Amino acid sequence: MEMSFDLLGNAVVSGLLLGGFYAAVTIGVSISFGMLDIVNIAHPAFIILGSYIAYIGNTTFGMDPILASVIALPAFYLLGAAVYQVYYVAFERRGEEALRGLAFFFGLLFITEVTLVLVFGVDYRLVEAPYIGPSLHLGVIDLPLRLLVPCLVGLVMVGGLQLFMSSTFLGRAILAVAQDQLALRLMAANPIRIKRIAFGLSIATASLAGAVLIVIQPVEPSIGRDYIGRVFAICVLGGMGSFAGTLVAALALGVVENLTSTFYGPSWAPAVAFGFLLITLAVRPAGIFGR
Amino acid sequence: MLLIAAGVVFGAAWLIGNAYVFFAGYVVLQYIALATAWNILGGYTGYVNFGTAAFFALGAYTTVVLHKLTSLPLPIMMPLGGIVSGIVGLGTGYLTLRLRGAFFSIATLALAVVAQTLITNWDFVGGSRGAYIVRPLTVPLLGMDYIQYLFLVMLGLVVIVLATARAIERSRLGYGLATIRDDEVAAEASGVPTLRLKLVATTLSGAFMGMAGAPLPYYVTYLDPASGFNLAYAVNGVAMPLVGGTSSWLGPVIGAVLLGTLQQVVTVTISSAVNLLVVGLVLVAFVIVAPNGILGLLRLRGGRHGHD
Repeated sequence: MEMSFDLLGNAVVSGLLLGGFYAAVTIGVSISFGMLDIVNIAHPAFIILGSYIAYIGNTTFGMDPILASVIALPAFYLLGAAVYQVYYVAFERRGEEALRGLAFFFGLLFITEVTLVLVFGVDYRLVEAPYIGPSLHLGVIDLPLRLLVPCLVGLVMVGGLQLFMSSTFLGRAILAVAQDQLALRLMAANPIRIKRIAFGLSIATASLAGAVLIVIQPVEPSIGRDYIGRVFAICVLGGMGSFAGTLVAALALGVVENLTSTFYGPSWAPAVAFGFLLITLAVRPAGIFGR
Repeated sequence: MLLIAAGVVFGAAWLIGNAYVFFAGYVVLQYIALATAWNILGGYTGYVNFGTAAFFALGAYTTVVLHKLTSLPLPIMMPLGGIVSGIVGLGTGYLTLRLRGAFFSIATLALAVVAQTLITNWDFVGGSRGAYIVRPLTVPLLGMDYIQYLFLVMLGLVVIVLATARAIERSRLGYGLATIRDDEVAAEASGVPTLRLKLVATTLSGAFMGMAGAPLPYYVTYLDPASGFNLAYAVNGVAMPLVGGTSSWLGPVIGAVLLGTLQQVVTVTISSAVNLLVVGLVLVAFVIVAPNGILGLLRLRGGRHGHD
């Protein structure tokens, strides 16, 4: 096929922007799966929930969708804390998290998705914002603001969380609980409380991620399923518990997926993420920056 | 004994005479087969497979391909569908079973999407447009309605799957799988060939799922990737054994009958969107409150459950 450099360049650049967005989506799972070892496959459903909250904020109250999601952050945090509490009491304490915990989250995924369908229907929803539409033009490369803003949000989220993790007591406690719970207890911090906070944070990121999702594309309840694979593929590829790894893996996936989509057709795109995942698991399960 | 039960079921369905019973019954039977197949890997071995839909749909699409190329009778197409899915199960297992359980589960989800994408892009079976399968009017040997024939075929499959599950439970394979479920590291240290046993379980599980999917094109007469790979099969595949009880072959049967009938009732009375919500709620409720399923509850009630 004829390789047009304009097309290639644009595909790579929008792949990078998309990757930044994927980082925003995945950072929550990096925390819950990478650090806390909780396989929260319902995370994409919470993201979609975030999208709908942003949508309501935008259409009913006329506010910017990202602003709406920031306002909703505390609610999502509490939701995450509540979910973790149930998860802990029902599964972690009994040591049955392998099978039952997974099934629990799987059930949550369904309940959330179907409830959204029942409340909002299956029509695609989209938002209006001043940055959806215009693009920056740098020579032959176009930077749609629709992609640029979410990418920036993603980078801010990753950077912010990394800073939080490395400089605050709470952040370092979260890193510690991932490594050695007993030692953490000896340092006079309650691991259960720490994990609850971390999980709450993880779900809070879903709120923001949902807002940027609906900025990028119209949303309907079942698109969460496309993201399950991407999210875990990025998390595994980047290495569990490493935010830098998550970012790199997200960018890589964004670029490869976009190139595939541009040159081979969008119907092959979902397979890319999963193909990545399978290959990573077979070849280097620890990921790029894995411990 | 199972054969007698099967005969009774078929006879009862015949007596009722309403074709809907056969339609609905087929679905419930299909879920029994699917749930039992899932349980071989999930309940006996402890590895959660979210990609049930992939194995199931591959069986269905094998039938589509065979139907277009040849005119084999259904009972021959089913084992062939089973072989295809079994090989895929073996392949997946080989790639991922050396890792922890959670990775295996995610990989099965991944597999489901890859398989769906491949089928969607494959024009021979209709791609995303789907494939139409004309249901024959009569049945070659037995001279009954085709839907009754499908019911009978599925009933036969259920008998085979249940018998196999029961046989596994009491065999060395079953004990080996149980040790893997309880503590894989200890099992490996005791000399149990864990990888080999897991591969056997995955292959068997996948094969049976494929066989359960094989008659589907004749049942629905129109098959497209979205419905064949529908996540509902994955949820039900997980929910039914968990609700019924994963430790014995009877559990998935109970779970499938209960949940399957409940879903049919809800679909007919309320709506088909709500029925997935119901499954999700029941699953979460049971997983939290009754982790060993209905069988576990029965055992707790102090009754010695009659079977093994």
